[in-house]
Amino acid sequence: MDIILNQFLNFEIMQKVWPLLLRGLGTTLWLCVIVIPLGLVGGLVAALATTSVRPWIRWPSIAIVDFFRAIPPLVLLVLLYSGLPFAGIRLTPIQAVALGFLLNTSSYYGEIYRAGIESVGRGQWEAARSTGLTWVQTFGFVVLPQAVRNVLPDLISNTIEVVKLTSIASVVSFPELLYSAEMARSLTFNSSPVVLAAFMYLAILWPLVRLVSRLERRIAS
Amino acid sequence: MTNWERFLETFFKPEMLVKYWPDILKGVAVTLELAAAVIVTGFVMGLGLACLRAYGFRVINAFIIVFVDVFRALPPLVIILLVYFGLPNVGINLPSFAVLWLVLSFVLAAFAEEIFWAGITATPKGQWEAARSTGLTFSQTLVHVVLPQAIRIGVAPLTNRTIAITKNTALGTVIGVPEILNQATTAQSFTGNATPLMMGAIAYLVLFVPIVILGRWIETRFAWRRA
Repeated sequence: MDIILNQFLNFEIMQKVWPLLLRGLGTTLWLCVIVIPLGLVGGLVAALATTSVRPWIRWPSIAIVDFFRAIPPLVLLVLLYSGLPFAGIRLTPIQAVALGFLLNTSSYYGEIYRAGIESVGRGQWEAARSTGLTWVQTFGFVVLPQAVRNVLPDLISNTIEVVKLTSIASVVSFPELLYSAEMARSLTFNSSPVVLAAFMYLAILWPLVRLVSRLERRIAS
Repeated sequence: MTNWERFLETFFKPEMLVKYWPDILKGVAVTLELAAAVIVTGFVMGLGLACLRAYGFRVINAFIIVFVDVFRALPPLVIILLVYFGLPNVGINLPSFAVLWLVLSFVLAAFAEEIFWAGITATPKGQWEAARSTGLTFSQTLVHVVLPQAIRIGVAPLTNRTIAITKNTALGTVIGVPEILNQATTAQSFTGNATPLMMGAIAYLVLFVPIVILGRWIETRFAWRRA
């Protein structure tokens, strides 16, 4: 038991690595501040393209979205970070992470928006247009607010996934929370820093997970 | 050399394709084995936990809820690294394949439990009462009346979650599981050429594009319209 506590819950070590991990947590948070809005906006573009009435826009964009939903995000990140330099394009870790996340998360957010847009009846479009609203106004003021409300649990749930996904940035040496914890682990030969990082992830994400459960149950009942 | 030739030489070099396709294929086999093991274990555990939760033992349910929440909230890579590098120091040595299998199974079990549980609670109370009044026991009602409906409701959300978690087998490369990405990056570092990487990416696309399209179909087929 002592060995286990010493290995996973060594408070002395946790105290020592606390500043390092706090910096990592800060980096994770600002990475989220970059990639979540990018994904939300990119997703909107993807949703508009995949619901377009023009087949020459709709089908290619569905193919692109499926492409990025089929490729594991880590594979995409490795391709961007270690594959592109062969074509003479050298991305910094943050550029590779931002681009990889934009492509991956936009596809997922796009599918969620699409489900939401399709859940808003055709009659809403027609009614709004007939009152003289332009297409953009109809979409922005009538359809999108209802669409977002209908798929809010899925949007939040996907956002949780995006925050969790930021941990793969550690693979390209981006100094976020998991990278800092791994560095601390290899310096101290002790897993307590990673446990501490896990608690930090839980502190951010547990409330959101609970919120999603509650929202989903409310909609189901 | 034209630009096009240079592009082919860098990303699709014929000698490399010939030399490394057996390695990539080996990676595909490992990825498929892992995916099958994770899906079976995750579903069985998830369904088991959801059924257990239906019996309403307070203490057990508290444990189930904590388990589910923790595995839904933590990034899988954090758990993988924690288990893989932490356990040997307390005398438990698991091979990397087993670590990846266990962790991803637990993650899938957590999500599956929530989805099946949502299905169980969505079954109207009247059905429970009607089934019990015909003389079925609680367990019989659960298995023969409630679960078939709960599982049907769960199909669409579960499909997407399963695809996402199966794609996470790529995380195994970080702890040296010889799956597709691992084979590809190993070959790439030996050759200093991007061809193996492209082969790996194509292998993933061949595996997952049909599944993503299947998922799309299942979603419309089993859709239960929200709101």
